[in-house]
Amino acid sequence: MTTLFTSDHEWVRIEGDVATIGVTDYAQSQLGDVVFVELPKVGRALKKAEAAAVVESVKAASDVYAPISGEVIEVNEALAAEPALVNSDADGKAWFFKLRIADKSELGGMMDEAAYKAHTA
Amino acid sequence: MLASNESSLKRTPLHALHVARGGKMVPFAGYEMPVQYPAGVLKEHLHTRTNAGLFDVSHMGQLALRPKSGRVEDAALALERLVPQDIVAVAPGRQRYAQFTNNDGGLLDDLMVANFGDHLFLVVNAACKAQDEAHLRGHLSDSCIIDSLSDRGLIALQGPKAESALARLGADVTAMKFMDSGPRKVAGFDAFVSRSGYTGEDGFEISVPAAQAESLVTTLLQNPDVLPIGLGARDSLRLEAGLCLYGHDIDTTTTPVEGALEWSVQKSRRNGGARAGGFPGADKILAQFEKGASRRRVGLLPEGRAPVREGALLFADGTSSDPVGKVTSGGFGPSLNAPVAMGYLPTALSANGTKIFAEVRGQRLPLQVAATPFVPNTYKR
Repeated sequence: MTTLFTSDHEWVRIEGDVATIGVTDYAQSQLGDVVFVELPKVGRALKKAEAAAVVESVKAASDVYAPISGEVIEVNEALAAEPALVNSDADGKAWFFKLRIADKSELGGMMDEAAYKAHTA
Repeated sequence: MLASNESSLKRTPLHALHVARGGKMVPFAGYEMPVQYPAGVLKEHLHTRTNAGLFDVSHMGQLALRPKSGRVEDAALALERLVPQDIVAVAPGRQRYAQFTNNDGGLLDDLMVANFGDHLFLVVNAACKAQDEAHLRGHLSDSCIIDSLSDRGLIALQGPKAESALARLGADVTAMKFMDSGPRKVAGFDAFVSRSGYTGEDGFEISVPAAQAESLVTTLLQNPDVLPIGLGARDSLRLEAGLCLYGHDIDTTTTPVEGALEWSVQKSRRNGGARAGGFPGADKILAQFEKGASRRRVGLLPEGRAPVREGALLFADGTSSDPVGKVTSGGFGPSLNAPVAMGYLPTALSANGTKIFAEVRGQRLPLQVAATPFVPNTYKR
């Protein structure tokens, strides 16, 4: 299992050909109190960099992008029911969706944890 | 670019205190202002409704309108040439909500006007203050001296514990009623205190000399009931209270009638009144009082959980391609624990309970036209 990070402050956990996507703790601290999450439909084919989900705080709406191309195979319904999970457990329970990875070469441009820490320092 | 823009932003007398308290500073109306503190918008909002919230509104414009004759009625009569409100009837120690109108009946700004006995005290929006001051000088200099009180800070203390927090500093405020306004001593300082605000809660706005603002705020914040509140919660609080934000819900293209602000125009300034008309755009505005307007500002409650934000187009049904209106303010109401919005609709669709649709990310979301305030106000009448 490997976790990679994007410059859009998303994390991507790779297990075999499945990628689980969420937003980073840094991202949630910048968003503030999350009050609404909209998730993609299971079965939707996402292209890399396409807007896939929405996370809204009291003040503003932000897109969550597909960090890589792939088909949505599962979404976190618990998150839609309890959006505040994004604030309390961004790296864990607040995962957004899982993708069946279409092209592993797209993982190439992402950061590892050390690089991401440097990116947000 | 960013650096030079930021360095040109003005600061209020409370800037250092905001930074020391962890305020997240953002550009707003030419000022560097705190949008939130570490507690966050949600907690700041709820704290204001249950305890007391302290807001820096020093960026707003404070002006004194002094009659050259020495008679405050002359300043009131002069100001009535620019606003559709009855200013003559504002008794000493009272204040009233007003709007500057343009020749098309639109709104140049909204403001508070207080009668301080020998002059009028005005509070106007930050983004409009230079233009408002020029407007006053251009039209009223024959009879009034217009003083910009730019050496004063302004804070708002709002919520059910605002009165006790202020009274604790020896301020004589417990007898004040909603919209009372006048000079008062607060913590030994020469303040102007009004019992009003922008949250729907009981509360006060306190003007003090800029040099004393930080000392007053530091003293108020020693009370655990009082938390500093940023612009984020200020916006969600006023939205739940159904209060207009100038430049968004009302502007130069909206009249007081279209803006559902008829309550703010007294009978004396309407047709048949003692001083009917005589303000810019009176023909159009007074005709709308008789015949109605084609569109109207309404409260909107989305049926789902998704916030519907400013700019979202409104549709009469789920499929039609022509929008009938637009959302002018929208977001999440923490006290209501639901999304809230306001916007403009054709008058025929403006009745409470009417079901309409907003387009959000390509989907049509159902909303209901709803009465405001969304959260009952707690003004001390």
